[in-house]
Amino acid sequence: MQRILNNPDDVVDEMLQGFLKNHADIAMATGNPRVVQARKAAAGKVGVVTGGGSGHKPAFVGYVGRGLVDAAAVGEIFTSPTAKSFFDAFKATDQGGGVACLFGNYSGDNMNVKLAIRMAEKVGLTVKTVVANDDVASSPADQREKRRGGAGEIFMWKIGGAKAAAGGSLDEVIRVAQKAVNHTHSVGVGLSPCTLPAVGHPNFEIKDGTMELGIGHHGEPGVEIVPMETADQMATHMLNLILPDHPFQENDEVAVLLSGLGATPIMELYVLFNEVAKKLNDKGIRIYRSYVGNYFTSLEMMGATLTVMKLDDELKILLDAECESMGLTQFGR
Amino acid sequence: MDGFANAAGKSIVMKMIAEIQANKVYLSDIDGLIGDGDHGMNMNKGFTLCKERLGRNALTFTESLAALGDILFNEIGGSMGPIYGMIFIEMAEYAAKETVITAHVFAGMLDAGFNGLGDIVQARVGDKTLIDTFVPARDAFAEATASGLDFVCALQKFKLSSENGMLSTKDLVSRFGRSSRLGERSRGVLDAGAVSCNLIFQAMADEMINLIK
Repeated sequence: MQRILNNPDDVVDEMLQGFLKNHADIAMATGNPRVVQARKAAAGKVGVVTGGGSGHKPAFVGYVGRGLVDAAAVGEIFTSPTAKSFFDAFKATDQGGGVACLFGNYSGDNMNVKLAIRMAEKVGLTVKTVVANDDVASSPADQREKRRGGAGEIFMWKIGGAKAAAGGSLDEVIRVAQKAVNHTHSVGVGLSPCTLPAVGHPNFEIKDGTMELGIGHHGEPGVEIVPMETADQMATHMLNLILPDHPFQENDEVAVLLSGLGATPIMELYVLFNEVAKKLNDKGIRIYRSYVGNYFTSLEMMGATLTVMKLDDELKILLDAECESMGLTQFGR
Repeated sequence: MDGFANAAGKSIVMKMIAEIQANKVYLSDIDGLIGDGDHGMNMNKGFTLCKERLGRNALTFTESLAALGDILFNEIGGSMGPIYGMIFIEMAEYAAKETVITAHVFAGMLDAGFNGLGDIVQARVGDKTLIDTFVPARDAFAEATASGLDFVCALQKFKLSSENGMLSTKDLVSRFGRSSRLGERSRGVLDAGAVSCNLIFQAMADEMINLIK
């Protein structure tokens, strides 16, 4: 393992210090070293909080910023933040209108958010949640509540964050964030495993010449291990898992997010996106807006995740709203 | 006196800490087979932090246990931070006012710890989690006490059932937590949480037996 580290146990703290030095205009430290807060938040707005384990850059701190998330709780690598960190993030962002906690469906995060909400209740702070469960490979459609969160979390933050920035109430923010989740479906494909710095060796295996369809963000096994495919075949395989799930239909308008898992060259993401776009076009599904890049990674895994969100007029307006963060900055349309 | 002085029980928590430290790599390796391989490191981090905080302070068993619970709960995160944090905090709180820890008090502590856990986790016996260690151990202890066995004998039963409960997870298919997504592929491997729970229970019971004698 040849990696850029000091003591592997300090990687999260040192990464956060570096992050804050580089993005001082967008994000700032709080009293809790594991909570990062946006520098600018409109007065009186509903607080938007997320959090999760480290190793997914830009997620989660990379989406702290104007028009997105007001604070993120940061955990160890692939490990949920503490309940205390979620609670501190709630306190940091509440301006009296309550807090929307928008996070991914993992048992540790569910547990710590639940405990943090209990702490919040004791001090009279209102917190409501939306849990992203967009990963179609992790459970059948009739057990959606069991599905894990994928890169679709980014659409949840974008939509919920835009509503909060526009002055939406807590219930309105929760409603649109939940709508975004309901409309969003993701699937991953893994080509090589990843290594936790403090462990020093990969903790799962992807054999040479094979790829894992439906792999999770921490290497959770997917639906199928298949021989390595061309970008063309890969796009077909991924869309075959996503499109019937909603189901997406001819004349639908969608937002597409194609994220690398960390080590795949961005050039290759565009090769895959080209195939995805062609196939969606063939089915008469129109891409309204798309995102290609490293938006939600898994350390140095090779592979990609594909996320498709079905749009309506309300979601389009919120998707197009301005935002500014390390992971996603866009100007209004 | 069938029991031990709460004031003398800090050594129980120190023994639990030593046991987790000694098995850091073993726990991570087991976790790596069907989980994400961080269980040993996270547990070691929390328990070691507790050892540093407890230091040479003269603390009771329940004060030490509460301190361990607080650190795990507030500073470790993941699933195991709140799970073990909740268990130890609730166990400590139940017996905080006791000067002597009797078999009856310890049975109550186990119930309180389990109820605290049930508050945040939906897993049941058979789901391949630490509950497969916890419940048989707790039940064996309660049964032994009810049938008139003394504290030390009841702790022996507790140890045996804890070990067997831990071993039972090997043939189970995971239905809770990250490994549950493996389905059949999780069979044949011990659950890391069940293993750490057994290590903790063995250390706890061994030192209690020392103190009672």
